[in-house]
This record gives sequence, C-alpha cells and structure tokens, in this order.
Amino acid sequence: MKQFLAFVRKEFYHVLRDRRTLLILFGMPIAQILIFGFALTNEVKDSEILVVDYAKDNASRALLTKIGSSRYFRIRQAALSHREILSTFQKGKIKAVVVFPANFNEDLLHHNKAQIQVITDASDVNTANLVANYLSSIILDYQNGIDATLEMPYRIIPEVRMLYNPQLKGAHGFVPGVMALVLLLVSVMMTAISIVREKETGTMEILLVSPFKPVLVIFAKAFPYLVLSLVNVTAILLLSVFVLDLPVKGSVPLLFAESTLFIVTCLALGIFISIKTASQQIAMLISLMGMLLPTMMFSGFLFPIENMPVPLQVISNVVPSKWFYIIVKSIMIKGLGLTALWKETLILLGMTVFLLLVSLKSFKIRLQ
Amino acid sequence: MRTLRFLLRKEFRQIFRDKAIVAMIFFMPMVQLVLMPLAADYEVRNIDLSVVDHDKSPYSQKLISKIVASGYFRLTGYNASFKEAFGLIESDKADLILEIPHDFERNLIREDHEKLFVAVNAINGTKASLGGSYLGSIIGDFNADIRMQLVTPPRFSKFPVIDVVASNWFNPVLNYKVFIVPGILAILVTMVGGFLSALNIVREKEIGTIEQINVTPIKKHIFILGKLIPFWVLANIVFTIGLLVARFVYGIVPVGSLLTLYAFISVYLLAVLGFGLLVSTFCDTQQQAMFIMFFFMMLFILLGGLFTSIDSMPDWAKLITYANPVRYMIEVMRMVILKGSSFVDVLPHVGIVSLMAAILNGWAILNYKKTN
Repeated sequence: MKQFLAFVRKEFYHVLRDRRTLLILFGMPIAQILIFGFALTNEVKDSEILVVDYAKDNASRALLTKIGSSRYFRIRQAALSHREILSTFQKGKIKAVVVFPANFNEDLLHHNKAQIQVITDASDVNTANLVANYLSSIILDYQNGIDATLEMPYRIIPEVRMLYNPQLKGAHGFVPGVMALVLLLVSVMMTAISIVREKETGTMEILLVSPFKPVLVIFAKAFPYLVLSLVNVTAILLLSVFVLDLPVKGSVPLLFAESTLFIVTCLALGIFISIKTASQQIAMLISLMGMLLPTMMFSGFLFPIENMPVPLQVISNVVPSKWFYIIVKSIMIKGLGLTALWKETLILLGMTVFLLLVSLKSFKIRLQ
Repeated sequence: MRTLRFLLRKEFRQIFRDKAIVAMIFFMPMVQLVLMPLAADYEVRNIDLSVVDHDKSPYSQKLISKIVASGYFRLTGYNASFKEAFGLIESDKADLILEIPHDFERNLIREDHEKLFVAVNAINGTKASLGGSYLGSIIGDFNADIRMQLVTPPRFSKFPVIDVVASNWFNPVLNYKVFIVPGILAILVTMVGGFLSALNIVREKEIGTIEQINVTPIKKHIFILGKLIPFWVLANIVFTIGLLVARFVYGIVPVGSLLTLYAFISVYLLAVLGFGLLVSTFCDTQQQAMFIMFFFMMLFILLGGLFTSIDSMPDWAKLITYANPVRYMIEVMRMVILKGSSFVDVLPHVGIVSLMAAILNGWAILNYKKTN
C-alpha cells in the first residue's frame, strides 16, 4: 500500500509538472461547456427569409409585420421570378421564400380563402422544418385574429405545459450531453496516451521489472487522472448552475458518485486501448478519430436514439456516454434518485469490470 | 525542388510503412460515413404519447385514434391518472401526456368550448416544440371535423382561411440522409487532415528525429511543404472515396460541378492542414497536440452549422463561426452538392478559406524554429 501511494505520488508529480498540458486539461472542458451551453439551441431564430409580395395590400402588409416582429425571422423583400428565387437560394443565406399572390386581401375578404406559398431551402432539413413550422403557426394565428367578432363554435383549447424546461433552453439537453462527451474523451485520451507513451519510450520495461505489481503500475497511472476529472466535474457543475442557470434538482453526492463511476469506466477504456495499441499515434487516432463522432451521435443528445435503425440502437448501448447522459439528465434536471437509475448504473459498472478484466488478461499475456 | 522531392518520398514512405495508420486513415472514415448518417435522424416521429382519458366518451376515443393514426405518435401508455403518466415521462417512456378532462364531450357541446391538457417533456427542445405542434394541429383537425358534424356549412364559410402551399426545394421529401451525408463527409475529411498533420511535426520532436532535419540546410518553407503535400494528397483521396460512398450507398449525386467542389476542397485542405501543422509547431508532446486538436475539432464540429443552426446562435458565437473553416466547408458541400451552386456563388467562401490557408501556413513556417 505504501509503495502504491508512493507511486501515485510520483505520477501526480508527473502530471502536475507539465503546466501546459494541465492548463489544456482544465481550460478545455470549461470553455467547451460555456461555449456550447450558450451557443447550441435547437430553435431557429433570426433566420433570413425573402418575401415576394405581389399583393402589396393591407392584409399582406399586416401579416408581414406579424412575421417580422417575431424573433424567428429577418425579412428581406424583393420581387423575384421563379428563376431568381433559385439563384438566391444557391447563394446561401436565405432559408425560405414567402410568396403572396396578387389579390391576397381580396381573396381573403370576398372568397374567405387565400393562398400563400412557402418555399424552404431543404438542403438544411432541420432549419427548413422549423422555419416552415413557425411560419405556418404565425399565419394560422393571423388567420384566427382577422375577425375578432367571429368566434368559432365548439372550440377545443389545448393547454400546453412544458415540463422541466419551460423556456425551451438548449442548455438543458446540451450541457449534460457535452459533459458526457468531454469527460469521456478527455479521460480515455489521457490514460490511453500516458500508458502507451511509456511503452513507446521504453520506460514501461523498467516499471515492469520492478518488484511492484504491474497491475498496480497501471492503477497508479490512472489515479491522478481520476482526481483531475473530478475537479473538472466540479468546475463544470458550478458553471452549469451559476452561469448557465441549470438546476441540480437531485442529490449532489449521488451525481458525484455516478460521475466517479463514469470516469472510472472511461479510464478503463483508455487502459484497454493503450494495452491493445503500440504507438501513441494509433492510440490517439482510435480515441479521437474513432470515438469523437460516434460518441457525439450515440449519446442521444444530438439525435434521438429511438429514431435510429435497430442495429444502431444496439450499437449505441456500448457507448458509455449514452448511459451517463441519461444519468446526468435525470439527476440534474428531473431530480430522480438511484432507484430510478439503478439500471444505467449497473450497466456502467458492468462495462468497467469487463474492460478491466479484459485489459488485465491481455496485459499478463504480454508479460510472458 | 529536388530537396522537396526527396522529402516527399521520405514522408510518403513513413506514412505507408505503418499499416495500422493507413488502415485507420482510409477505413475508419468510410465505416463512419456509411453508419453515422443512419444514426443522424432528427425527423420527429415515434413520439411516445401517454393518454389520461378521464372522459372515456366516443369523442375522446375518436380523438385518440385520430392521433395514433397520424403516424407521428406511439401510444405507450393509457393511464388512470396524470401522476401515473408522469412516471412514464420520468423514465423516458413517454414524451408527451394528453389529459382529457371529465365530461370533455358534454362540456364541448353544451358550453361551446372545452380544454385539453398537454404536458411535454421539454428537455429536448426540438422534440418538444415539434411534438407539441403536431399534436396541436391534429387536435385542430379533430376540432374542425366535429364542427363539420355539428354546424351547418353556410355558417362555417364565414371564417377566412389562409391556405399555406409549402414546397421544399433541393430535397423535396425532406430526406435526412441527403442533408447529413455531405456534412459528415466534411467533418471526416477535416478530422483526417487535422489530426494527422497536428501529430506529425511534434512526433518528430518527441522521438528526436527533427534534430536531423534541423541540422540539414533545408529551408523552413520547404520543410513545411514536405509535411503538407502528403496529407493533402491523402485527404483528397479520402474525400473522393467519400463522394463515391455518398453516391453508391446513399445515391447522392452532386447537382453542381465537381470541379467547383474540388477547387474549394483543395484550398480548404491547405487551411486545415496548416492549422494542424501550426498546432504541431506549438506543442512539445503529441499528447498536448491531440488535446488542442480535440478542443478545436469539437468547436469546429458543433459550431459548424450541421447539428444546430448558426442563425440561432448568440452574436459572439456567430463571430466564432466566421473563423471556423468547417462552417464554410459544410456550407459549400450543401451549396454545390445539393443546390447546384456555381463557382461564382461559392467564391466568397473560397476567398475566406484561402486567406485562412495563407495565414495559418505562414504562421506555421514562422513558428517552426530550427534551433531550440
């Protein structure tokens, strides 16, 4: 035990000595949480739309003012032909074109029926969808307000309540997601690289011939990174609560316990990678090229997992971030306890044990 | 020129000697390009709905079957109380609760209006707002059906109706793959180029071979060029394979000209590689270089406009995106591949990216010191 502590101390010095890396390790996650917490939202606002108004009557102007005053749109007006609309889209910028036909007001007043054409740039499906949706709801709103004296009979009035996130802020979904992503990648990279580096530079041999158990060498190497990551978790949580206004509705100790478990899982994954690879370069390419995009996609914070084809849903189960994302979201935002999260916790625990066992096994083989 | 040729031969040999790396460069991006777009589907369907029907009248039954028949919603719970349904929301088994009050049918007919309660799990904003609005429009339709039954048509026509004729250009059926594949390809090519170049110089520093180069009379810009060209070639190959995958797996054929696309990508890669090399000249260890690249890569990807719209970001974040090469790449991919934009249309993008390439590579040359 004394030996182990001495080793851990040595590794700590190693890590702390390298000021630059340390700065990167702490600065990075914090900057990322802040930037993404504020910048990412699933809404669309300030989208530039182009209005082609052939009517130029009271109704079209009134509706335009209504569209313009919503925070979703910025209106540009022009009289364009079909061809010109195409080339406007091709230049970029414009997300949708709204066309008012001539006689808009007249049709509305005399025939009680008028048309509006909405063309979206669906090369960006997300934005096209949202823009079309916002536009039609504004138009519907306008339509219902045209004649206040007319009250529809038999009205069903839906009262909608947004649970957990009444202002529909992006941060509620993205911060736990970025947390699950950043912690995973940082932890995996740190261990994967530091162990393989000893192999590459040849110092591993020295450690292995020492009377110290090789397994403990690995644990001692991983330990400082666990502490570092927990400091990161603390910083991220403080920022989320005090800067990004996210709640922590559930128990803070539970959140830390789960974070510790998740970090250990990631460190185990890093150890596994470092044992299986021969050079830092490969270890890094695997942990970055191979894992960045898949963890982003399969954590569930960018794309709903239940929409994916079944084989991919199955694959998503082996991504530790997926489970941690559910855990963080549930504890912070929903305020749930361990009784609701035992399944996710057990899965992470199982992954950790599995990774460590497999790593230790192949590690021993290498020694013989 | 002769020196450059020798340098290039050395670099290529070095890359191709390591079979594992070569496999990684070509194989991993392609597997991801085939798989990832299948995972990136934001189309909101399969919304899990839990219904609390206190009324159990013919009307409430009809409303529920209309909602289920719409295809957007999956009825995952039919609960006796709101509390019970809320439990389903907590465990993510439901996204939406529809609560139909007692005497819904009776009140609607007698009092001329009646409320319905909808509760939405709003942690995921898109799903919440789209799910809510789908449900709203189905309820609206149902409402209109009932009116048709109860009210004589002449009275009904008093209400002005605005008919929205919607069309989606460039991707009429709103196919998600068509939208996401070019974006993912852009990201993958950036990663291959960025990571490889960032690791390169610093690796020579770490294993000490850079000393040997430093003592030779090679000019700094020749050295940087020697590092740049091999990765530029590799990344172009990866990009080309990616286009083929897009075409034969996903059926995406560029509408615009390939020449325009390659004109852009060749400048773009110079910028990305320049960035990687610059990072490489700044760092002492591969570890540092990787962490820095990881940081920027995440910024580039998440602020690139593929997953969330740039328009809706706060102003300071929009400013950051102007310095984000991936943003231009994703825009150009969409413009040329899906919309058929011409070279003139993407010229501003080419201009900005060339400027980036010049600055980043110039800086890398200046920052690379032959003496320690």
